[in-house]
Amino acid sequence: MSALLEVRNLQVRVEEREILHGLSLTVNKGEVHAIMGPNGSGKSTLSHVIAGKPGYEVTGGEILFKGEDLLEMSPDERAAKGVFLAFQYPVEIPGVATMTFLRTALNAQRKARGESEYSTPDFLKKVRAVAASLNIPQEMLRRGVNVGFSGGEKKRNEVLQMGLFEPSLCILDEMDSGLDIDALRIAADGVNALRSSERAMVVITHYQRLLNYIVPDFVHVMSKGRVVKSGGKELALELEEKGYAQFEEQAA
Amino acid sequence: MPAELETVERVRRIDVDQYRYGFETKIESEKAPKGLSEDIVRFISAKKDEPEWMLQWRLDAYRRWLTMTEPNWARVDYPKIDYQDVYYYSAPKQKKALASLDEVDPEILKTYEKLGIPLREVEALEGVVRPEGERRVAVDAVFDSVSVATTFQAELKKAGVIFMPISHALREHPDLVRKYLGTVVPTSDNFFATLNSAVFSDGSFVYVPPGVRCPMELSTYFRINERNTGQFERTLIIADKGAYVSYLEGCTAPQRDENQLHAAVVELIAHDDAEIKYSTVQNWYPGNSEGKGGVYNFVTKRGDCRGRNSKISWTQVETGSAITWKYPSCILRGDNSRGEFYSIAISNGFQQVDSGTKMIHLGKNTTSRIISKGIAAGRSQNTYRGLVSAHRKATGARNFTACDSLLIGDKCGAHTVPYVEAKNSSALFEHEATTSKISEDVLFYCVQRGLSQEEAVGLVVNGFVRDVLQQLPMEFAVEAQKLISISLEGSVG
Repeated sequence: MSALLEVRNLQVRVEEREILHGLSLTVNKGEVHAIMGPNGSGKSTLSHVIAGKPGYEVTGGEILFKGEDLLEMSPDERAAKGVFLAFQYPVEIPGVATMTFLRTALNAQRKARGESEYSTPDFLKKVRAVAASLNIPQEMLRRGVNVGFSGGEKKRNEVLQMGLFEPSLCILDEMDSGLDIDALRIAADGVNALRSSERAMVVITHYQRLLNYIVPDFVHVMSKGRVVKSGGKELALELEEKGYAQFEEQAA
Repeated sequence: MPAELETVERVRRIDVDQYRYGFETKIESEKAPKGLSEDIVRFISAKKDEPEWMLQWRLDAYRRWLTMTEPNWARVDYPKIDYQDVYYYSAPKQKKALASLDEVDPEILKTYEKLGIPLREVEALEGVVRPEGERRVAVDAVFDSVSVATTFQAELKKAGVIFMPISHALREHPDLVRKYLGTVVPTSDNFFATLNSAVFSDGSFVYVPPGVRCPMELSTYFRINERNTGQFERTLIIADKGAYVSYLEGCTAPQRDENQLHAAVVELIAHDDAEIKYSTVQNWYPGNSEGKGGVYNFVTKRGDCRGRNSKISWTQVETGSAITWKYPSCILRGDNSRGEFYSIAISNGFQQVDSGTKMIHLGKNTTSRIISKGIAAGRSQNTYRGLVSAHRKATGARNFTACDSLLIGDKCGAHTVPYVEAKNSSALFEHEATTSKISEDVLFYCVQRGLSQEEAVGLVVNGFVRDVLQQLPMEFAVEAQKLISISLEGSVG
C-alpha cells in the first residue's frame, strides 16, 4: 500500500535562494511525525509547500499525496483532498463571523469532493459537538474569525477546524508558539483526541516541550534544508539535551 | 442562512466583460431630436403636459446652464462630453394612455423580469393571501426617460402616501411639487443639477403625510436602454411631521461601446420628527475590461433635515458606472436633527469613483455619522471626498467619520479627501481613516480551508463592508452582497 504522504528529493527556492535541498519524508496513515530543527532550517517552508502557499518555487523532486501529484493541485483542491495546515499565526478576518467562515469552508470542501452540503441544523449540531469537546464557547463562534482572540483561542480555533473538516493529513506549524502551559495543554488535548488510525499528523516545532503533550511516533531533525536524522521519540529528548549544534555540523 | 454564504455560493466565473444586466430590449421608442436647445426643453415639457410655471422653471434652468462650466475638481478623467450629441428625451412608443399594467409593452415587462423586479401585482390581483408580516415593496419603474409602472398604488393611497412618477404628480399634486421642488437642490446648484432641472423627464415623487409610517418599502428601478440617451431623473421625497419612509433605488443599463450620460437629482425633505431612509444599489454598466463604454454618472443627492429631531440616512452600494461623481449630503437645519451616510463604493477594471458626502450642521445639537468603505481593484481609482462643517450657531454639533479603503492588486488607487470646518468651539468632530491591501496571508488562509481564490476575496470583502450592508433593508442586503462578489470577479489571480 502506498504512503499517505511521500515527499521525494524536494528542492524549493524562494526568490533565487534555495531553502530545501532535496528533502525526503514518508508519512503513513495513523502516524505522528515530529519535525524539529533550528530557525531557518526549512521546517515552515516544507509545511507551506505541502499546503500550496504562493511564493515558493519547486525546482526539483515531487510530493505524492494518496498517490496523486500534490504539486499539480491548487491549495483549495489540496484542502478538499484532506490536507490541513494549522497556522503558526492564524489570520484575523474582520466582519466575517467564525460560524459563517466554518460553514462556508466546510461546504466548499464537500462540494469539491462531490458530497452534499450540510444543512443549517446538521452543521450546527456538528460544530457544537466539536466546539464543546474543545471548550470553545458559542460566543467565540459568533465573533469575527480570530478577531480579538487570545493566542490560545486562535490555536483552539485551528484545532476546531481540524475536528470539523476531518482531514487525513494535519500539519501543525509551531503550534506551541505564543502559548502558555495551560493553553498548550488544552490545544494538545484537542489534537490528541483527533489522532486516529486513518489520520496522520506532522508536528513542526522548535522545542521538545510540545512533544510531551503530543507524543510522536517518529522524530526528524532538519538542518539547512535537509532531514539530517530520523528516529523514535527518544531522539527529541536527545536534542533537548544536546541541542542542534551537532546536526548543523553534519549538514554543512 | 447567513448571507455571506449565499454570496459565496453564487459567485460564478465571469469577468468584468460579462456584465449581467447588459441586454438590450427591442422596443420602438419615441425620441426627441438629438441635442439641447430651448425647443427641446419646451418639447419635453409639452410631452409631459406640464403647467406653464414648470416650463418657465425649466427654461430658467436651461438659460443658467448655458452660462455654467462643467466642474473639474473631481479625481476623474474622461473625454469631453458633447452635450449636443445626446438624446434628451426617449420614451417607449405607446399608442394610447395606459389604464393598467397589462397594457405595458410586454417587451418592457420582460426586461424588468430579467432584472428580477416584482413589477406585476399578480398575487394581489389573484387575491393571494400573504403570510402575516411578510414585507412587500412598491415599485416605480423608469425606462429611459419615462416611468412605465408604479405598483401597489391602491394600498399606498389608503395610507395616504403619494408615490407616483413625478410627471403625474405635476398634474395631480401640482401645489405639493411646486412647494418643494428645487428647495434642496436649487436650479442654480451645479452644472449637472442645473442641466437636470432643464431636461429631467421623469422620476419618482413621494409624499408621506404627518404621522404616517409608510406601510412598505418604496422602490424605483431606473434603466437606460436607448443608444446615446441621457437619463435625467428627478426624485422628490417629502416626509411630513412624524412620518417615516424607506426608499430604495436600483439602476442598470445595457452594455454599450459608447458612454451613456446620467445626471440625476434627488431631493429629500424631512420635517419635524420625520425620518427618511434612502438606499441605492447602483449597477450601471461600468465599461468593458479595456475601459471602453460605461455610464457617466453625475448625480446630485441632498437631504434637508428641515424640522427638529428629523433624520435622513443615505446608504449606497456603488458597483457600476465608468465615472461616478456623487455626494449624497445632509443639511442639518432642524435642531437635534441627524444625518447618516453609509457607503460601499467598489471599483474594478478602469472605473473611476469620486464619491462621498457633505454633512452641513446648521441647527443646535445636530449629529452625523459617516461610514465609507471603498474597495479598489483592477486599474480603478476610488476617491472618498467629504465635507463636515458646523455653522457658527450649530452648538453641540457632533460628527463621527470612518473611511476605510481596501486595495486589491497593485494597479489601483484609493484616495481620501476629507474637509472639516468647525466655526464654533463646541463642535466635536472625529475622523478615522484606514487604507489596507487585501492580504496574501488572509487569502492563503481561506484557500487552505477549501475556498477558491474568488470565494476568498468575496468573503473578505463582505466582511470589510459588513457594517454598511447591515444598514440596507433586508431584501436588498442579499442582492447587494451578490453584486459585490460579482463586481469583483476577475480581480484576482
